[in-house]
Parts: sequence; C-alpha cells; structure tokens
Amino acid sequence: MVRLRAPGFSKTMLVLGMLFLYLPMVVLIVYSFNASRLVSVWAGFSTKWYGALFANEQILSAVWMSLRIAFYSASMAVCLGTLCAFVIARFKKMRGRTLLSSMITAPLVMPEVITGLSLLLLFVQMAQLIGWPADRGMATIWIAHTTFCSAYVAVVVSARLREVDRSIEEAAMDLGCTPLKTFFVITLPVIAPALVSGWLLAFTLSLDDLVIASFVSGPGATTLPMVVFSSVRMGVSPEINALATIIIAVVSVIAFIAWFWMRRAEKRRLRPR
Amino acid sequence: MTKKLLATPFAERVRAVVFHRRVVFGVPFAWLLLFFLLPFALVLKISLTSAVMAIPPYEPVFRFVDNTLSVVVNFGNYLFLASDSLYVAAYWGSLKTAFLATLFCLLIGYPMAYAIARAPKHWQLVFLLMVMLPSWTSFLIRVYAWMGILGNQGLLNTFLMWLGLIDSPLKMLNTNFAVILGIVYAYLPFMILPIYTNLVKLDIRLLEAASDLGCRSMTTFWAITLPLSKAGILAGSMLVFIPAVGEFVIPELLGGPDTLMIGKVLWEEFFNNRDWPVASALAIVMLALLLVPIVLFHRFQAREMEKNG
Repeated sequence: MVRLRAPGFSKTMLVLGMLFLYLPMVVLIVYSFNASRLVSVWAGFSTKWYGALFANEQILSAVWMSLRIAFYSASMAVCLGTLCAFVIARFKKMRGRTLLSSMITAPLVMPEVITGLSLLLLFVQMAQLIGWPADRGMATIWIAHTTFCSAYVAVVVSARLREVDRSIEEAAMDLGCTPLKTFFVITLPVIAPALVSGWLLAFTLSLDDLVIASFVSGPGATTLPMVVFSSVRMGVSPEINALATIIIAVVSVIAFIAWFWMRRAEKRRLRPR
Repeated sequence: MTKKLLATPFAERVRAVVFHRRVVFGVPFAWLLLFFLLPFALVLKISLTSAVMAIPPYEPVFRFVDNTLSVVVNFGNYLFLASDSLYVAAYWGSLKTAFLATLFCLLIGYPMAYAIARAPKHWQLVFLLMVMLPSWTSFLIRVYAWMGILGNQGLLNTFLMWLGLIDSPLKMLNTNFAVILGIVYAYLPFMILPIYTNLVKLDIRLLEAASDLGCRSMTTFWAITLPLSKAGILAGSMLVFIPAVGEFVIPELLGGPDTLMIGKVLWEEFFNNRDWPVASALAIVMLALLLVPIVLFHRFQAREMEKNG
C-alpha cells in the first residue's frame, strides 16, 4: 500500500497540540513539589504538600465518598447502557425504540446545569409525593450519575456489538440455547472488553462530576470535586497541585496498562497461525 | 442438557424470546423515562410558577380547593427574562463564546486528527491514548491549572517579563480570553476523536486515484478529504458547542466579572438567589436555543450506533 505523505503542517500541529494538552499538567506536577505557596517563586524541592494532603481529613473522606459513588454508578451504568445498546443494535422494529435512542444520546451533550437542575426538581417532587428521597445524598448522586454514564456505556458497547458475528449466536439458538444462555455463553465473552472500558469510562466520569452532584447532593454528601472546587475558588493551592499529581499518576499508569494490553491483543491477532 | 432444550416446544421458546426482549427494552426505558424525560417536564412546570418563601420555594400549579381544580400558570418568569438585558446578554455571550471556542477547537483539532489518522497503525493507538488521557484525569483540575499559568503573578506573565517582552503583567486571568482558552483546552479531545474515527475510515484509494490523476495534495485535501469528513466535523463541533454553551466551571474559575455566560447565571439564580422558577425558565430557554444542535447531534449519533459492520 502506498502511504501518502502527510503534509508537514498537520504533524507540526500534532506536536504543538500535544504540548498544549500536556504543558499545563507538567506545570501542576512541578509546582506540587515547590516549597513556596506562590507559583512565581521556586523555593526548592519539597514534599510537604503531600503530607498536608494526607493529613486533610475533609479531602480524604471526600475521596472515599467519590470512589464509592463512582463504583456503584459505573456498575449500574454498565447494566443499563448494555441493555440500551442491545435495543439499539438489535431490536430494529421495537416500538418506542426511537424514543429510547433519543433519551440515551441526549445526555452525551446535555449541558450539566440543565441535567442537574432537572434531576433535583424531580427528587424534590418525589420527596413530596412518596416521601423518598427524604434527604438527598449518596443515593440521589448515584441515580444522577448512573443516568448520564449509561449514555457513554451505550456508545462504547454498541460499537462492539456491531462487530459480533451473529451467526454464532444464531447457531447456539438453533441448537436450543435460551436467549439468556446464549447471551452469557456467546455474546458476553465477546463484548467483555467493551464492558470493561465502558465501566472505566463511567467510573472516571462519575469521579469527575461537579455540577450535577452539586445540584442533587444534600448536606450529608460531599464529593471530591466539591471540595476541590471550593478550595480552588479561593485561588491557587499547593495541596490541590499535589492531589492533581496523584490523579495524573494513577490515570497514566492505568492508561499504560491498557495500552500494553491492547498492543498484545493486536499482536496476537496479527500473528499467523 | 441440549436434548432437553431441544425438546421444549417451539411456542414456548418464542414466548421466552419475547419475554427477554420486553425486559431488555423495558428496564432502561423505564429508568430513562423517570430520570431523564420526566425531570424536563418538571422543569417546564416549575418555570411556570412563581417563587415563594417556602419549601420547596415555588407555588403549586395545580390546586384543588373546595372541589375546584384551579390551574395557575405564570408566564412572568419568561417575560422577566426577556425584559432584563442581563439575561439576553448572558445568552448571547454564551453562544458567542461557545462558537469561538468550537472554531478554535476545530482549527487545532482537525490537523491533529489528520496527523493521527495518517500515522503508522501502532502509533495511532499511542497518540489516541495521549489525546484521551487528559480527559480521564480531572476536568476541574485541568481548568485550575490555567489559573496558575494565566494569573498576574502566574507563570506566563513571569516568563514574558523575564524575556523583557512586557514591563507590567498582562491581565489574562478573569477575562473572556481565558474562558475561551479554557474551553478549547478542556474540550479539544472531544473534537479530535470523532474526526479521527471518520478520517481513519476514509478510502485511501480515492486519494491515490486523485494523486495518480495529477491532483496536488492540497487540492486533494479540499476536494476529497474535507468533504468526506463532514460527519466527523459536525459530531465533534456539536460535542464541543452544546456543553460549552451551558458551561459553569470554566467561566466561574477563569472568567471575570464581565464574563456573562448562561450556565453561571443559572447557577447563581439557583444557589445564591434561591429563585427556582427563574432558574427553570433559564434552563428551558437554553434548551430551546440548543434544540437544533441537539437534534443534529442525535441524528449523527443514532446513525453511528445503528450502522452494521
């Protein structure tokens, strides 16, 4: 195959664009080790902000709260999103399918303030009518996050579902497998990588959300983004730099593992048998 | 085992399939109806009430007193929005800022997506992960990073003064420039990804044919590559433009007192003024403004998700 020479311009833009994406993050990492509180002064290397971060009870409990909410939301979103992906990819003639597909794609672009406000009004109304939720907190954030994360899971899973060879499923059904068994024995193993990446995506989205959680949360539940937001509103804070460095490090390690894994799978696929 | 299943009558198996399909469809449908569609109806309802000092802080629309059902609909909130120039300016400011940010995202993102799509296969994966990685960290922290860079005593001003290009710090933080920069920075991956997915599927033979027929590479780009990547450009632009219009965090952290954006105004109406009906009316008008872009995006996304193979 003749590979066409890419014009120099787009390569230059790629390099510049990557610098643009990564320089601010490098700055955060470097300044998390700065002994001075000020950004303009370099007062020597220090890890004292990490110590301060780990001594900060408020941040630690918010981290725990956020991780739990993200875990539950991602798990529920994978279930709902996968069901939606099935309906969209497979049930072409089902009544109500168009409505479902609009409801699942809309959260991808819906401004967060609208989603947050609308869900809060729902919870208030529900509390009036049926007495639940009596006070807002973890459960209401979980519902809100599950709803918008399902949309992302549906996109990821439906992309994978299109590649599934349907003749294997049909063969299993012809041999007398029930639809449920066919799903667990044939379809699930094939779409498993998409479920994992959908879960991870939903997990990061839930961890990251400030606006929707602020609307639907009550006094009892403070997530990590809320704590970070209230502290950076006051200006630059070195403890937040330390937190950012830790987050960037964790995400980079996971991304590296994912890359390594995908590369190995790719190589195995290309190897002649 | 297999024998037993084969023995089940055909009608029973058909019934099982129908039952499964109902569950698969019904569960997410009910969830989204309750937690996505119904809330919008409530926003519409509450935008038609008037604010009171109570819990919840709005008047009911339906009242049933002395065997009479009275429906009180108040259009005052919408008239108020139209009459106060602050709100009109905030909508206009949001649309303008989001448009400019989308344009810059496209100008930076398209060449990047193009370079990634033309890179050798194993490099494509590395570049894609590199583009996505920032968006897997924290949105809030990435916006915050610019506060340290753009501030009066920030890195950029210190650097420029050290170079001797400027004598006194430039005001960059808390301006509209900072808001646009922040949106471009935060949303750039969402522009690159759909354009890349589109460009990588482009039939390379078309480009080869064009070059065999003596087309110069620039002409090939304008005549073939760009028109064929229209769908990717549209999807990327909508993914940036629509959320950017309602953005709250970026104007709050990087914008100044003269930055008027509707997401921030809605937040303040709700949290600071506790005026839920006006906040709801703001949301409804924002939704109406964004209806056309949302429908465009939905049509693209539905087509993408239903395509076979």
